[in-house]
Amino acid sequence: MAKFEVQTTEEQGIVVLALQGYLDAHTAPEFEKTLQKVINQNQYRIVADLQQLRYISSAGLGVFMGFIEEIREKGGDIRFCSTEPKVYKIFELLGFPALFRFFPDRQGALASFQQDASNQES
Amino acid sequence: MREPIGQKAPANRKVYRLELPAASENLALIREFVGGIAENMGFDEETVINIELAVDEACTNVVRHAYNNTTPPERARIRIAVRPYSDRIEITIADNGKGFDPRKLPSPDLVRYVRQMRRGGLGIYLMQKLMDRVYFRIQPGVRNEVRLVKYLSAPGNTTDRASESARSNSKKTGK
Repeated sequence: MAKFEVQTTEEQGIVVLALQGYLDAHTAPEFEKTLQKVINQNQYRIVADLQQLRYISSAGLGVFMGFIEEIREKGGDIRFCSTEPKVYKIFELLGFPALFRFFPDRQGALASFQQDASNQES
Repeated sequence: MREPIGQKAPANRKVYRLELPAASENLALIREFVGGIAENMGFDEETVINIELAVDEACTNVVRHAYNNTTPPERARIRIAVRPYSDRIEITIADNGKGFDPRKLPSPDLVRYVRQMRRGGLGIYLMQKLMDRVYFRIQPGVRNEVRLVKYLSAPGNTTDRASESARSNSKKTGK
């Protein structure tokens, strides 16, 4: 049976959520809980690493949409990286690339947050 | 020649049926069931995923909205019927829950919709984007039905990549 897992780590002060498996209406609540926990810890700079994500439905996309407003109000963002082409197509179909930033790899996504921070300092 | 959509199937027509409790834990099983049939019919991998996703969206709507807490669990069912035709697959997702008015659903300007950070309502939009035809037949409490149709090779259908196969060539010339 299709499984979903999410691993939470911190790199350079940025939360990295590594999603694995199948994100649908059954597994979305688990991901929602994880994201809520991150936000409860006042961490708003988030990279969603989708390298191991095999499938996403609108229920999964809805989790990102449900949190992004609050995260951006707090000066943070969710940025995506390493998205498999077939998964990216679903994001594309729903217009996500106009609203979210996608990076080819995790380093790029992390660096974009560091870039933001140094821009603010200068 | 294309057979008319939704026509009464001849007695020898294959129909694959699956009936399950309307629970999210069954979504993966439903995707595998429908995806397996589509794959055997010769749909390419990308289209198989699109079909699975459209079916998932239809079933998610049933799981989330068709029944309420007072429905006895044994009555909260979801029924899937898959009919392979020579030129297309037809999938019917049915429930006997409260139904909905498809005319009142948002036909969203997606970018604006997503910009408003709204959740939900994306499922039907996705179904319509991913499939060639989507039909609703709503009889609240009796039978609500979503019928999804995908052609093996639709003219001008950019999501279909099977045009190189002998199968789709025979479609183009097989009038």
